[in-house]
Amino acid sequence: MNYLADVGALARKDLLLELRARDTLPAMLLFVVSALVVFHFVLPAGSSDLAATGLLWVALLFTALLGLSRAFAAEREQGVIDGLVLAPSDRSAIWLGKALSILAFLALAELIALPAFALFFRHIDGTLIGGVALADVGIAAVGTLLAAMAAASRARELLLPLLFLPLAIPIVVGGVGASVADDPARYLGLLGLYDALFAIICWASFEYVVTE
Amino acid sequence: MIRARALEKRYGDKRILRGIELDVGADDFLLVTGPNGSGKTTLLRLCAGLAAPTRGDFELGVSRGRIGYVAHEPLVYRELTALENLDLYGRLYRISERRERIGMLLERFGLWDARHERVASYSRGMLQRLALCRAFLHEPDLLLLDEPYSGLDGEGALVLDRELTERAPRTAFVVATHEPERLRRHATDLLALA
Amino acid sequence: MSTWSRNNRLPALATLALTLTAAAIALIFFYAPLDEDGLNQKIFYFHVPIAFTAYGCFAWGGWKALRHLWKGEEGADLESYVAIHLGVIFGVLTLVTGSIWARYRWGHWWVWSEDQLVLFLVLFLFYCAYFMLRFSVPPGPQRANLSAVYALFGVVLIPVSVLAIRLSERFIHPVAFDKGGPNMAGSQFFTFCVSCAAMFSLAATLYNLELVGKRLDMRLRELREALQ
Repeated sequence: MNYLADVGALARKDLLLELRARDTLPAMLLFVVSALVVFHFVLPAGSSDLAATGLLWVALLFTALLGLSRAFAAEREQGVIDGLVLAPSDRSAIWLGKALSILAFLALAELIALPAFALFFRHIDGTLIGGVALADVGIAAVGTLLAAMAAASRARELLLPLLFLPLAIPIVVGGVGASVADDPARYLGLLGLYDALFAIICWASFEYVVTE
Repeated sequence: MIRARALEKRYGDKRILRGIELDVGADDFLLVTGPNGSGKTTLLRLCAGLAAPTRGDFELGVSRGRIGYVAHEPLVYRELTALENLDLYGRLYRISERRERIGMLLERFGLWDARHERVASYSRGMLQRLALCRAFLHEPDLLLLDEPYSGLDGEGALVLDRELTERAPRTAFVVATHEPERLRRHATDLLALA
Repeated sequence: MSTWSRNNRLPALATLALTLTAAAIALIFFYAPLDEDGLNQKIFYFHVPIAFTAYGCFAWGGWKALRHLWKGEEGADLESYVAIHLGVIFGVLTLVTGSIWARYRWGHWWVWSEDQLVLFLVLFLFYCAYFMLRFSVPPGPQRANLSAVYALFGVVLIPVSVLAIRLSERFIHPVAFDKGGPNMAGSQFFTFCVSCAAMFSLAATLYNLELVGKRLDMRLRELREALQ
């Protein structure tokens, strides 16, 4: 129970920070809508709806990257990460709290992005939304850990997309498959498997990322 | 509480600390002096468990939650208020009667009136007071202070003097400073780094 | 391990690797029969063993990363790095030989329908990011930890990617190329095994060689420091 209380306190702090500073979420929203508008001009006349669906996943992925690149900005810039690491709570709570707040940002950004996509391009169905939800979990889990790694490096934000994109390929396959294939169940399964596997190793290894 | 033998710390090719011997008991007050770049901060980070020694024996006889640490940075979020920051740490340290305790500390350090202001608007001295509040919040058994007087005005320094005098008999201290005069009267032991 | 056996392992391994490689090349060109693919089938004996070796290197790198995180084994960070470094070299060779194979088999230098090629491209990108990470963190325990965690991600990424790439073909290439698995005759299989052994021993030799060099370097630096 104490563990969950720690996670809650940390996630609440992130939401409070965002409410106060409004750094991340407005940027994510504006970015995802801008990207969708750009995609209209990327797709020549006669392109299939399938191509638009594929591009939707590009937009979602890069919007997530935008949010993730700011995930540990407050902690690193002000050295607060040392304060959190010193606290007696399990270090993985720092990861889980951050991942939950990232997940919330992603969900809010998609609350705008998906209706906008439906308005601009094509209708969206239940499996697409299910795919997006499952993909969000994986993106938040892996992305948060990689963001902590990138924050510890000299290259900072520059490094995050390089670390993240190769790991995001299975997410993209699962997401696009769930949106366009005839048998979405197996793609949702892939996403679920990805989420479970990577959430476990992120949870278990986060401590090593923030300590020596 | 802390015991180190032939302690060595290096980052890559750079050796920061070498041949450090430490014995800090539960009511000792160790004063660490030395010029900038002599490894004072690194030594404190080792004592806090934030860094791992490269070589040598190092024993830390106190759990993480019983350490209070004042670093160069105040370790607080600039966009949150003093109250929100301390409330977060209060939760993480699982302090009972959190509100009362936080209120008392803020009062003692003269930050009560500014408790609802964002930390970003604080002066350097107020930040240092807040950093001290943060470190004292959970009544630690081991206090690691890195240049605790830096940025404090006359009044803040007096408050800190009082706190140190009051806590010294029951708390272990490791304090790093490049001007030891003010702390000399508390010190039971001195370590000069070169 | 004693210094004696460490010092003597390397020449022994190197000899073994050379012998096996020579044997494999001789077998490939003079012993293994040609099949319907003609001469280009010879590259199969290089491509697949090299790919196996690359997997082996990545797995060894992941194992050493785990040892570093779990047991704090001294030197495991360096060993993990060296193994992954070799894995990337063998991975690039896999891409090159695979590309040649694809050129002669299907007439294109790159085919997205060949799972192994796509997987190695993903892994190549992943492990390039590993080097970027490693070189943008100052040497020390934190670098070792970050590298190890990322290396572990790689070990999980390999099977997940295999699955993902298989699945992706169902919507990217509804009509897959005919990929009759290699139905090997006895002599071909023997050649294949020798070739695998040759590549593995070659990798082991290079691994030890690089480690000896790196350790010597470190020792030298320490001695120089002690003299100052």
